[in-house]
Parts: sequence; structure tokens; C-alpha cells
Amino acid sequence: MAIDKLDSPQSIIGRKTGQLPGQEADKGLITLPGESRREMPGDDNLGGGVITTKLDTLINWARGNSLWPLPFGTACCAIEFMSMVSSHYDIARFGAEVVRFSPRQSDLLIVAGTIVDKIAPVLKKIYEQMPEPKYVIAMGACATSGGFYRVYHVVQGIDEIIPVDIWVPGCPPTPEGLMYGILKLKEKIERGEVNR
Amino acid sequence: MSTLTRYSAVPYTGPAPTNRLPYVPANGEAIARRQAELAAHIAFPYVRPEDKQDLPTFIVERERIVEVLRALHDDPELQFTMPLDLFCVDYPKRKKEGRFEIIYQLYSLKNNERIRLKVHANEEQPVPSSYPLFKGFDWFEREAFDLFGVRFEGHPNLRRILTHEAFQGHALRKDYDPAQRWILTEKDVAVLVPVVTQTPQDSEFEQVTLNLGPSHPATHGTLRIAVTLDGETIIGAATEIGYLHRCFEKMAETHTYQQVIPFTDRLNYMSAIINNVGYCMAVEKLLGVEAPPRAQHIRLMLSEFMRIADHLVCIGTNLVDMGALTNFWYLFQPREEIYGLVEACCGARLLPSYTRIGGLAVDVPSNFMEMAQSLVKSIPRYIDDVDKLISRNRIFHERVKGISPISAQDAINFGFTGPCLRACGVPHDIRKTNPYLGYETYDFDVPIAEGGDTYARYLVRMEEMRQSLRILQQAIDRGLPEGPVIIDDPYIALPPKEKVYNEMESLIYHFKLIMHGIQPPVGETYFQVEGGNGELGFYIVSDGTKNPYRVRVRPPCFAIYQAFTQMITGQTIPDAVAALGSLNIIAGELDR
Repeated sequence: MAIDKLDSPQSIIGRKTGQLPGQEADKGLITLPGESRREMPGDDNLGGGVITTKLDTLINWARGNSLWPLPFGTACCAIEFMSMVSSHYDIARFGAEVVRFSPRQSDLLIVAGTIVDKIAPVLKKIYEQMPEPKYVIAMGACATSGGFYRVYHVVQGIDEIIPVDIWVPGCPPTPEGLMYGILKLKEKIERGEVNR
Repeated sequence: MSTLTRYSAVPYTGPAPTNRLPYVPANGEAIARRQAELAAHIAFPYVRPEDKQDLPTFIVERERIVEVLRALHDDPELQFTMPLDLFCVDYPKRKKEGRFEIIYQLYSLKNNERIRLKVHANEEQPVPSSYPLFKGFDWFEREAFDLFGVRFEGHPNLRRILTHEAFQGHALRKDYDPAQRWILTEKDVAVLVPVVTQTPQDSEFEQVTLNLGPSHPATHGTLRIAVTLDGETIIGAATEIGYLHRCFEKMAETHTYQQVIPFTDRLNYMSAIINNVGYCMAVEKLLGVEAPPRAQHIRLMLSEFMRIADHLVCIGTNLVDMGALTNFWYLFQPREEIYGLVEACCGARLLPSYTRIGGLAVDVPSNFMEMAQSLVKSIPRYIDDVDKLISRNRIFHERVKGISPISAQDAINFGFTGPCLRACGVPHDIRKTNPYLGYETYDFDVPIAEGGDTYARYLVRMEEMRQSLRILQQAIDRGLPEGPVIIDDPYIALPPKEKVYNEMESLIYHFKLIMHGIQPPVGETYFQVEGGNGELGFYIVSDGTKNPYRVRVRPPCFAIYQAFTQMITGQTIPDAVAALGSLNIIAGELDR
């Protein structure tokens, strides 16, 4: 059975063109997302334990699976972010539990909470301090659009200031909602899409 | 399901809507009597009482306000030593006496009594600053200056506090367009210079000024602190707030009474239902109605669960700051379960907006009491686990004992309330002094601790959770009263949906209430509840229309955080971080 669609995120291991998932996985053959249509080189020559892929695809796969989030938590959403990190929901299952408070050490900026005009320059500075590649999740209604605070001191969506990759709706989003956002970002990274 | 009865095909024949009638406080006579006693006691020529208020109220001449405040503070019989609130209401049409009405509220711990003073001023007339007398009015005066442009003569540091440096105008004036924004760029951001209050030791270290925040792992939200260090010791500190000023009070003026409820959720988002209850009860006081017993019982139970959740997060994050991560995992688990209960009641977790004016949005599920009982049984285990890990832990003790203490006298002078005040040994709790929701019928203790340090605050919060569980167990044992969960008044509560679809009258009431809102009597009222952090009060001014004329929230964090610079001076940075966590400053409530 041929797999002609882009693989879904959980199908990284054990998939090969024209084969069912898991077949020949014992030989260590791994096909990365975006690689489904490519013919694998002759297995006989190279033996097991060999991966052939594009370098970008490999790097993107690694990036998507080890996001280091910087929680820019200002308000209520930050509490739900804490819920997502803590034991009940446990974002470690998706490789994004290494929470870093230094922009120099992180590649995912999660803007959790209302951004008001007073803190807008700070957010911009923090975004600029992050090394490339960097991704931004706008968590919740306030970060997305100002939410129901259409008023004199509130930024009406952080895309006024910085580019955004994923918007997560909700006021506040549930931890599941934010997790889904992170998984969507992972897919996006693995497809090689970047918003700049 | 709601069990309303009055919405029938028979037209409503009850009292007419209360639009534009004056507000009459429920115990008006007793207040008037006390007001007369106080007037005779103070006996100042420049003080005159004001009628029909829900607290003893006096209008004071502008120039004399500090004199009157001092007299009330020093009087051995009255002892109004605690500054509760200072805020302003703008009446642009009052030309003669001045457009601003500045309202002072004081509290006497000795007599368990509140007093309200009013001062009139206009843009040009400065009001004498009460700062050296009441240190707790420092930021409140700055806030009135920032949002209204009231000038306080003699205030040492009268600059903007909530809005940013590039802001033009005064946002809470009635003639300020709510949507008018001003953009702050990085070059306009002011440098925060700490005031050095302690003489540096004679050492080889040079003095360093260090900035923490507004995005810093230890500040839990958006606080900014600048400290001057002599070696490792903090010898001067300054704080900057307003990084989460979401304009709650302006938003409340542009929405109807019911629409304000979701905004109250987002004040202290750790214990959202307590805010809902406080606001709704303030409006109910203005309307002169009371929620049905079933709604009151549920409000009380959920308030106590929220108090536990609030303290769990506070202690958990505070311990993370000190490097004890395990407790965070332990303490977040019961919190998730409490949110599970809230979710079962109304579908939302963190910010439920569950109450309505006159009751609750929907009834609780039929197994509410069983769920509550299993929670009350399971929560002590988590608290005990943390107790075992921490309470005899030597590292913890050395990090918290004697760290960032504040004396009871200072705490009162700064306007501390709640666990932080009780940690100084003052047994003050609104649930005991001004009981609401029937707290007076429950048997519980008010925990206090000595010393006012980080350890005392930890101990008080731990014990308060146990006392809350005690209240909850009693509430469960009493059982849920039968009956509706919302008041049976078509001018306040929406009719049930099935009646709206099937009956003409209900449809009309529904339409009227949605379009014209609740219209309370004309007047002003103040109501306070014991929030997670202390006295959470709502002051509502009504002009009889569907929108509140002014909603003032008395944020407990705002008063507490003022003392922070004084508390950390002489300490080290790690101690300051631990102290900040133990104060439980919630940015949403601090900046509103």
C-alpha cells in the first residue's frame, strides 16, 4: 500500500515508501516526513541502521520534537500554561518541557496573557533576543486580538509587534488546547514553513 | 434546571423596576445613628455628614483632610489605623464644588468599623497628601493622579503608576475615549532608579544596580524590581507596576452590570469565583436583594475551594523559587481536581464566570456533593505530603525564617489584609468581622503566625487550607438546600430559555433585560469579601442606567506590594525572590 500523503507526526518511525508502517523497522529504516515519495537506496548495499534524507528535513524533524519554550506569561493564560507543564497534562510527552526563561536559550515564545502597551517594547526586545530559528505561539484571546479588552492600554493582538506562527483560541485556552497548538506548530516546523 | 416560578403566562404584577430611585441602605437607621455619634465625637467644623450612605460618611474640606485623617488615626477610642482605599469618582458636570470626588475609606481594627471620607476638588485644586501618615495611601494617590489627574500636594513621588510613560491624558475621566491608545516605544521607557535607604557597609564591593523583570522567572507575571546591591545585600529598591493594566474600571463603565462579571474573573485569576461572588454581592446590595439559599451555599463552597486553589498555587510556586520543584507537582494535582469540580458545574476551568447577579448561572450537577466530598477527603493527603517534605526541612527553614519580616504596625499602616496581615499576628478576617454568605454559622479558626516573615506567611496559608476544608466539610454535612439557584425577579434574572421560547411575557422580559440591563437605584455602595489575598472590595456608583457609573475594586495585592521595597531592603536577592512568592502578588489584581 503506497503512502502518498504527507506523514502525520506520529508516523516518523518505521515508515517507508510503498510499505505499511512498521515494515522493515527492524532493519532500522526510517523515513522522515516529506520523504514518502522518495525511493530508498538499495538496502542491500547500505545495510540496516541507515537513514537517507534531506538535511533540512532531518533538522526540522529534530527541531519540531525538541521545542524549548519561553513562557512570556503575563496573566491568566500563564496559569494554564503552568497546568500544561505540570504533572496532570505533562507537556514532556511531546518534548517541549524544557522551559527556559532566557530568550537566548529558547526557540519557542509562548505569549500567554494580555499584552498591554507598557510591556509591548519588552516583548519586542525579548523576541529580538531569541536566536533563529524562532517560533511564536499567541496563547489565548488577548494575545491573539486583545480579547474583550478593546481599551486604552491593551495591544490589540501581538501581531502588531511580532510575527506569530500559531494562534490558540480560548479565554484562557485549556491545557489541551495549548498542547494542540504546540503539536500544530510541530507539524508546521516539520513541513519547513517559517513565518518571517 | 432552573426552577423559576414567576415567569408564567400571567403578566408580572410585582413592584415596578427601580430605575432612578435613590438607593436606601438596608440598615440605614443604625448607620445614621453611628454617623451622628461619630460627628459628635470628631466635632470638627469642616466636616459634615452625608445622608443615605451604607457607611458613616463625611464630606471634608479639601485643605483639612490630613488633619481629619490624623485625628481619626490618633483618636484612642476610634483608632482608624488601617487605610483601606483611596480613589476618585469623576462628575464632570459638578462645576461649583469641583468635578472630582476623592473617597477615603479607613478601617478600625479595634471597633471593627469602617468610615468613609469624601473630598471635592477640581483639576487645579491640589489635595494635601496623606502619605507620611498612611504609608498605604502612597500608591493609591499615585493611581488617582494617573487615572484622573488629581494632584496630591506633598506626595514625594507623584508620577504615573499604571499607565506607561508616553501616555497622554487621564484615562478614567468621563471625557476620555475608552479606545484611545498611546504607543510606547523603547526609547520612552523610563529608567528605574532605586532609592538607597540603607547606608552601605564599608566593603571592597562596588555598588551595582540590577534590574529584575518585567519578564523574569521569579516575578510570576509582570512585575519589575530594580535593586541596588552592596555586595550581595540589597540597600535600595524600587518597583514598577502597570505591566498588566487592563483597564478593568474603564471597561466596567462601558458594559452592563451582568457583562462586568467576566472582567471580575480576570482580577485575581487564581481564585476567580471569589471575585465573581464579591462583585455580584455588591450589586445585590445595591439592588437590595439576596441570592436564594441554594445559590449562597454553592457560592460559599466554591469560594472555599477557590481559596484552597489560590493557596496551593502560591505555596507551590513559592517553593519552586526556592528550588523545591517536587512540591509544585504535588500541589498542582489537587488544584486540577478542584478545577474539575468547577468544570462540572459550569463548563469552564480557570475563569468560570459562574455567578450571576441574584444567584448562579446554572444549577450544579446532581452529584456535586459527592464530588465535593471526595475532594475534601483527598486534598489533605497532598497538603500532608508537602508538610512532610517541607515543614521539617532545614534548607527550607534557613531560606524562610526571619526573611523579609514586617511588623504588625507597619503592615496595618500599609493596608495589609488577608494572610499577609495574619502572618503578622493580627487576627483579621472578613469572614469573621463582616460575615457574608452565612460564614458566621460555620465553625472555623483564623490562623495567625508571629513574625510576619516568609515562614509565617507559609504557615498561615497552610493552616488556612485546612480551615477551609473544615468549612467545606461542615457545608457538605449540612447538605445543599433545595430550591432555585437564581432570584425570582424578571428585572434582575433572565427567564429560563424554554419559557422564553414558549411564552410572550418571558420573551419580553428576556429582551428587556438584555437590551436595557439591570437598572439599580441611584447611589453608591461598598461590599467586601475575604479574597485569597485579603479584603477584596467593590465600590459601585450607580446613576440608574444600565451601565455602572463607576466600579472601583479594592485590590488587596496593591496595598501589600507597596511594602515590598521596604521588606527586601537589607536582604539578599534570593531572599527577595522567596519573599515575593510568599506575598502572592497577582498581576491581574495588582494592575487591574
